Amino acid sequence: MRLLLGSLFAFAVAALVGLGTTWLTLAGSTAFGAVSIGAWTAWPRTGTTSIDPYARAAIARTGQLPLGLGDGVAFYARGDDNGRLFDGRCDVNLQGITPTARFWTLTLYDLDGRLVANSLNRHSFTSQEIIRNTDGSFEIRIGPRARFGNWLPTGGIDRYILVLRLYDTPVGVATRSGRETPMPSIAAGQCP
Amino acid sequence: MMRLLLWLLGGVLLGGIVHLATVLWLPHTATQDAYSRLQQIAPINAVTALPAPAPDKVLLPFMDPAFATAVCRYDLAKGPLQFSLNVSQAYTSVSFYTRFGIAYYAINDRAAGRRVIQLDLMTEKQHSEMPQDEDVTTADRLIVESPTLTGLIVLKALAPEPGLMTMAQEALATARCRQQP
Repeated sequence: MRLLLGSLFAFAVAALVGLGTTWLTLAGSTAFGAVSIGAWTAWPRTGTTSIDPYARAAIARTGQLPLGLGDGVAFYARGDDNGRLFDGRCDVNLQGITPTARFWTLTLYDLDGRLVANSLNRHSFTSQEIIRNTDGSFEIRIGPRARFGNWLPTGGIDRYILVLRLYDTPVGVATRSGRETPMPSIAAGQCP
Repeated sequence: MMRLLLWLLGGVLLGGIVHLATVLWLPHTATQDAYSRLQQIAPINAVTALPAPAPDKVLLPFMDPAFATAVCRYDLAKGPLQFSLNVSQAYTSVSFYTRFGIAYYAINDRAAGRRVIQLDLMTEKQHSEMPQDEDVTTADRLIVESPTLTGLIVLKALAPEPGLMTMAQEALATARCRQQP
């Protein structure tokens, strides 16, 4: 009787611990081999065959196709340089230059990877569309209300993700943050 | 009390095994992965243009809206596949994914070095069964080995400005993806 109760207890603990940690790791989408530069994080290994099992499970669950490393690298930002999560009701300023790449695109998604509806039908910028300063740097204003220059509307949603994709770039698995990989800074602006 | 702790420890250890097993097993049970989502609209061994991502309709999450995208859902059971694509003026890339969404190969227009990306897709077994002399005649063709029998070829052409989207789509319309005769 004690054996039965004991093993039942152990099985219950196993199920709770096992399934609980699986759910937690997948919900948090924690993959290994992250390259973090400022507020930006990329997982270059996810675009190769040496993708780790957690990332494999995550892409199977969400249905996305990771960017192949021979194609490019995607950097994700969920918050500004001070670690505060993006709020679609506030203004955010993205400023600086990007690492070497033939093209890049900056896209705003909701947390599920959908584009966000807005009156301008603008969801992204490509490196060719952007208005630059004379020194080649650029500034993108992200917020709910129209701004001059490069304005990326948030549609006033609660939380969003910015994805900066570099195409045909030397940035990859061996990349560390440094002078060769200057990512644009993200600063929080006005908030009503 | 000691006994209970031992049972608890056993449970936690077993939980670790359950965790690893479910993580490894999960990709094989997913019904909403990219391949399953594309199954409904993309016929086998043919190029299908994907609708542009929009806020109200999502085929695959996190698609880049600056690109025209097409897909070839392949099945190598009946033999190798021939693939060709005329590159667009901006940026064109071809990425290969296994049945479970693992990117095993990607090539862009500059790496291809020519105005047309041309390659043969086959399994490792089909590659080793290829007659030796045929290797010589097809020396200028790129051979890609697929780790799985089925999978996805994703074709992307960049529209650097929204007005160039039709140009990108037309470039992808030249793509061919068919069983070798």
